[in-house]
Amino acid sequence: MQIIPCPYCGVEAEETELTYGHEAHLKRVGPDSDAADFEAYMFTRKNPKGVHFERWRHSNGCGKWFLAARHTVTLEVFGTYPAQTTEPPAELVEKIKAKCPEWKGWK
Amino acid sequence: MRRYSIFAIAREAMRYHSGWERAWRAPEPKKRYDVIVVGAGGHGLATAYYLGKVHGIKNVAIIEKGWLGGGNSGRNTTIIRSNYLQDASAAIFEKALQLYEGLAKDLNYNVMFSPRGLLMLAQSEHEVRGYKRTVYANALQGIETEWISREQVKDLVPIINIDGPRYPVLGALYQARGGTGRHDAVNWGYARACDAMGMDIIQQCEVTGIRTENGEVRGVDTTKGSIDCGKLAVVVSGHSGVLAEMAGFRMPIESCPLQAWVSEPIKPVIDVVVMANLVHCYISQSDKGELVLGGGIDHPNNYSQRGSWYTLEETTRALVETYPIISRLKMLRQWGGIMDITGDHSPIISKTPVRNMFMDCGWGTGGFKAIPGSGWAMAELVAKGEPGPLAAPFSLERFREGRFIDESVAAGVAH
Amino acid sequence: MSTRLATGGRLIDRSKSLTFTFDGKPMRGFQGDTLAAALLAGGQVLLGRSFKYHRPRGLLASGAEEPNALVNLGRNARQEPDQRVTMTELFDGLEASSQNRWPSLAFDIGAINDKLYKMFPAGFYYKTFMISLGAWAKVFEPVIRRAAGLGNAAKEADPDRYEQAYAFCDVLVAGGGVAGLAAALSEGRAGKRVILMEMTAHWGGRAPVDGGLIDGLSPDDWIAKTLAELRTLPNVRLMERTMVAGMHLHGSIIAYERVADHTPGDGRPRHRLWRVRPGITINAAGATERPLAFAGNDVPGVMLASAVRDYIVNWAVSPGDRVVVVANNDDAYRTALAVLDAGLSVPAVIDARDNVTGVLPMQVKARGVRILEGRGIARVLGRTGVTGVAICAQAGEGGVIETLPCDCVAMSGGWSPNVHLWSHVGGKLSWDADAALFRPDATRPPTGRDGGPIAASVGAANGLLTLDAIAAEAGMSAEVEPEAPLAPVWIMPAGATQALRYKSFLDFQNDVKVSDVELAAREGYTSVEHTKRYTTLGMASDQGKSSNINGLAILSDALGQTIPETGTTTFRPPYNPISFGAMAGEARGELFQPRRRTAMQDWHEAQHYHWEPVGFWRRPYCYPKAGESHRDAVNREIVNTRTNVGVLDASTLGKILVKGPDAGKFLDMMYTNMMSTLPVGKCRYGLMCNENGFLSDDGVVVRLSEDSWLCHTTSGGADRIHAHMEDWLQCEWWDWKVWTANLTEQYAQIAVVGPKARKVLEALGGMDVSKAALPFMGWAEGTLAGLPVRVYRISFSGELSYEIAVPANMGAALWDKVIAAGKAFGMMPYGTEALHVMRAEKGFIMIGDETDGTVIPQDLGLGWAISKKKADYIGKRAQQRSFMVAPDRWQLVGLETLDGSVLPDGAYATAEGFNANGQRNTQGRVTSSYYSPTLKKGIAMGLVPNGPARMGEVLEFPAGDKLFRARIVDPCFYDKEGEKSDV
Repeated sequence: MQIIPCPYCGVEAEETELTYGHEAHLKRVGPDSDAADFEAYMFTRKNPKGVHFERWRHSNGCGKWFLAARHTVTLEVFGTYPAQTTEPPAELVEKIKAKCPEWKGWK
Repeated sequence: MRRYSIFAIAREAMRYHSGWERAWRAPEPKKRYDVIVVGAGGHGLATAYYLGKVHGIKNVAIIEKGWLGGGNSGRNTTIIRSNYLQDASAAIFEKALQLYEGLAKDLNYNVMFSPRGLLMLAQSEHEVRGYKRTVYANALQGIETEWISREQVKDLVPIINIDGPRYPVLGALYQARGGTGRHDAVNWGYARACDAMGMDIIQQCEVTGIRTENGEVRGVDTTKGSIDCGKLAVVVSGHSGVLAEMAGFRMPIESCPLQAWVSEPIKPVIDVVVMANLVHCYISQSDKGELVLGGGIDHPNNYSQRGSWYTLEETTRALVETYPIISRLKMLRQWGGIMDITGDHSPIISKTPVRNMFMDCGWGTGGFKAIPGSGWAMAELVAKGEPGPLAAPFSLERFREGRFIDESVAAGVAH
Repeated sequence: MSTRLATGGRLIDRSKSLTFTFDGKPMRGFQGDTLAAALLAGGQVLLGRSFKYHRPRGLLASGAEEPNALVNLGRNARQEPDQRVTMTELFDGLEASSQNRWPSLAFDIGAINDKLYKMFPAGFYYKTFMISLGAWAKVFEPVIRRAAGLGNAAKEADPDRYEQAYAFCDVLVAGGGVAGLAAALSEGRAGKRVILMEMTAHWGGRAPVDGGLIDGLSPDDWIAKTLAELRTLPNVRLMERTMVAGMHLHGSIIAYERVADHTPGDGRPRHRLWRVRPGITINAAGATERPLAFAGNDVPGVMLASAVRDYIVNWAVSPGDRVVVVANNDDAYRTALAVLDAGLSVPAVIDARDNVTGVLPMQVKARGVRILEGRGIARVLGRTGVTGVAICAQAGEGGVIETLPCDCVAMSGGWSPNVHLWSHVGGKLSWDADAALFRPDATRPPTGRDGGPIAASVGAANGLLTLDAIAAEAGMSAEVEPEAPLAPVWIMPAGATQALRYKSFLDFQNDVKVSDVELAAREGYTSVEHTKRYTTLGMASDQGKSSNINGLAILSDALGQTIPETGTTTFRPPYNPISFGAMAGEARGELFQPRRRTAMQDWHEAQHYHWEPVGFWRRPYCYPKAGESHRDAVNREIVNTRTNVGVLDASTLGKILVKGPDAGKFLDMMYTNMMSTLPVGKCRYGLMCNENGFLSDDGVVVRLSEDSWLCHTTSGGADRIHAHMEDWLQCEWWDWKVWTANLTEQYAQIAVVGPKARKVLEALGGMDVSKAALPFMGWAEGTLAGLPVRVYRISFSGELSYEIAVPANMGAALWDKVIAAGKAFGMMPYGTEALHVMRAEKGFIMIGDETDGTVIPQDLGLGWAISKKKADYIGKRAQQRSFMVAPDRWQLVGLETLDGSVLPDGAYATAEGFNANGQRNTQGRVTSSYYSPTLKKGIAMGLVPNGPARMGEVLEFPAGDKLFRARIVDPCFYDKEGEKSDV
């Protein structure tokens, strides 16, 4: 079972405490927007074989949503941070770059 | 291709089976093929097979990064059924089932399709309604299914605990023609037949890039060199996103693990396949005697072919609750595969933004049962450049239009 | 023949005699015996039949790798198939029986397969049985199924109980041999929290049998001393009979404690499953000896060399009087010495190597034993037991040089480290060509959540096969005889003829022979995974512990490539099988899933209610009176509610409080309706969609105050909807000032419904419930029967209706008072089915009936509940997509059969012709269908393409061999003007 630390309450939470929320940093597309943009927002996913930015909720804990950078092959958790942001913290990005030189960035 | 038969075995038995040919060759790639199929899983091999058999396209390479049949088509729980609700799904899974019924003879390879009957248990009023609806839909789709009573369930599945205590069995959706097959044999049978048509199955050959010109596919770069093609069929399930990225587009797909596990082999205790969706577990018994068990997916994106232990535990609880005798049996082995889950949980058989590049993926947890139908429909798409009626509803456009094919009718709950 | 030796046996207590039975035959053993040792001591060499050829089989091993000696243990509900006798501790009264034989172990009809073995090579079944699907499914497959499988499962539910537990530590050591004990001691002394798990009941592993000196002490003394110190360390926990079954994601460990398998009926749980979170796991699981492949290597009496000396030293059991040792290494000579020490005879040691000069061989030679160098076994003589061996030159093709009578063959092909745990999460291996083994590659360990290593290996599991090497790794000293290098010999003789290869077994349980692997290679199944699957090598219940490396070697040889080029198959958990009972733990029966109970649940149960599962609740479906059918009860409840008054436990409705300065703005996004304009004191029916546009929930929203709203959700929907709200609040509109709280369990809710409802409330007394004071779609707070309540004038039935919310702890009290007050007015409780029928009579939709995840509100004639003034709400953009605004969408209508019968729920209406896939075209389906006791006829709702424009049209609904004809009508069948609810 994976363990992901909750950045709010500090608990090293097991998967059974958490709910997975899929890809992070999606920008909501509202009414009257372009059909392709809406499709991309709803369905198109990076789904990388590598570093993935994703949403988790500490649902059986403090209840907070947070974001995580995790490797989808090694399952290494590079870091977690609060959901109230539109991009990952710079130091986390630097940390991942150092660990995964082949990584193309989070966007 | 030398035919397999009991007589051939008897002849070979006289000389210690020294005369059998290779089931498939191990060729080096040619410079160019009319069609390159990426992915020598069941779907890829079936695509190639029907390209040759139905459409006469035999200058085909099937490229595989590992060993053929090593992905989900070699690590699933081998359930075959066509009792789907929506017309589009029912059509392609029924096509697959019909092809499965004749596949051993067609391929001259015993794929051990075993129509032992398949039940989906109803354990809430909501499920009763949903499955009855499915029976009515199936009747109009030309698929014979029936609603059976809880007493009939008990007759078919003596080891079941129909009285609960948590969720009594209220009845079941039954498809007598459903059952199981031998997954490896399906892969190997198709591979042997493709090879016999002169197609090249190239294993241990990973695609590293997709070459395009003016929006049209030209070929692929691989670990065994560059290969040109007229058309490219990408049939790589969990790795579809990775291949799409190489061609410069993204897919409505996420990859996550599905686990399965087996018991030690025991004498037959259950002849049919039983799925219980409320508590989420399914069970069948292989010809070897192992109980083959499974449940739901692990949701987090994951390419490691390993899932979380708690998923196994949750499903095992449901299994022990539903079939109390298995408590005293033992788990022999567990494993995982990488599911390709789409936005509506239905597959994609589609043209792509790149001309002459086609994708067949997104089968999620239902891939094995679809293999022949998927290959049939994909071959038609690749050969003609346009989808036939089986593939048409599964195009990528449906995500833009909102024309989903949603089999999960149990979205809501009662007041 | 095998027998108990007069002296010795370090693990048995000869003062404690135990009785047991095998195939009904009474036998005796000692405390400390394994079932294997006791059977062997009783002369029982033949223990089972193989899977495919039904060949007679005896013990191969003494431990977890045993492939042959599997038995049924116990009887009736406690019957357990496929139990390894080597891993079964003997207890008094144990009952064992052999498997996979008929009519008896000694005479097994299935052994005919062995006579026809040439017809059954690897994968023969893929090449035949293809006459027709019917012949396969009806004739061949059933025969194969009956023949396959091993033991029989119990027919009754398991009466034993199982536990699960968590443990946390810095270091988990898997395996209690010398390496594991030393690692635990070293980590323990360093102050780490250590757990040391040993699969068997004994500490020390192989060392006490194999001998040598550790830090100047005999292995037994060193083990005792080490254990003594470990037991003084409070930070170290020792767990016997506990197998580390597998490593999982992020290094989590599943371990399997066999608490009471050896003391059945003592009241303790049978097994305990441990979920361990170690900082690091040290694999000290030892190594497994490999058999050699020669013709007849499966005849009962042919055993692993290490097992032979285990039985002699540990249990004082001699596997035979005349033991021929056959090996490619020095270690096996320890068996010759043990046999000699026990006073038994070693006719010869057959060594595949040419110049045997090692210390151990010289010791054996010095005791007068012939050492046959460069020799192999051409074949084993005997069928149900060894009678001798035919000896040949290892370099040749099997020409017999001499024949030696013997009753036991001890074979050794070298050792393979038990790397399973290292490999479960992807630790890599490297091939050591000199030692001919895969060892853990310490530079490529399995990694955890921080990317760092989560496992280490010590001792034999790390590829260190001698005591001195193991001791040195642990910083200790050891004295032991040095060993000369082994010869990587896998098959005897090297040029064995096909006839011999067809009798040289690799995987004993699955009957996979050298010839099978070679056939696979010849036919192109050249990937190791293909070979495994084609031949079933390594797929038996021992998972190839004794066969995988040998098979790999044979395959590599056949392909002309090296073993590392061939590679291994994937190691998957568990190391050895674990019970499903342990995996399920306590969560069975009543504890399988928690049940939610409303405050009134006791009352419902006392009425002998008929229930249905709704979410985690059991809601009353109806309350049948004695002798009354469910159908009749439902009709009675409806008629009574519509003519007098009914009462419903509505507590399961979700209740979410949404509060804050931006709550109105937020709810305008959550609901399709405008909720910000709802006046305080009023209720409004609201619709909630998901971002994909589909209707996901509905319910009445109540404006409690200027900044607070109470949102009712469907039963079972509260958690989902609350999470949905929090998702948007936390992740999208995190700057909005809104707070939510799920109050579902805080309130009990009682619906009093029917023309006399007001009278019931007036009888309860305490607040004004008149139309003027509490109009339809209004609410008020006050007291009823002295209890604080909030009363909503909302109706899901079309009748005058009050929904009364009360703090949950007063729910039962209020319910009792309502029931008492209602008596005078003919009040009866009603259940969910009456609720459903009454809402259908009114044409109200039900989430999950009219909706199925593919329906948008516009399909259901609910356009009135979609605000046209709002720029945005969740789902709005999705509902603008081309398919969502298409003119031919299926839309809600009422359906009425021409003859008043009840339409089958879920049936489809047919249209002309067939689609391109040959499926009948359809034009609509039934979403809800009931008999209406109010209207005395069937009523239904359905979705029909462009339905509202097709009123009066008649559709045909086939169902089985019946055809129903129904007219499209307005979905509201009862009180269209809504006069009854607004009184």
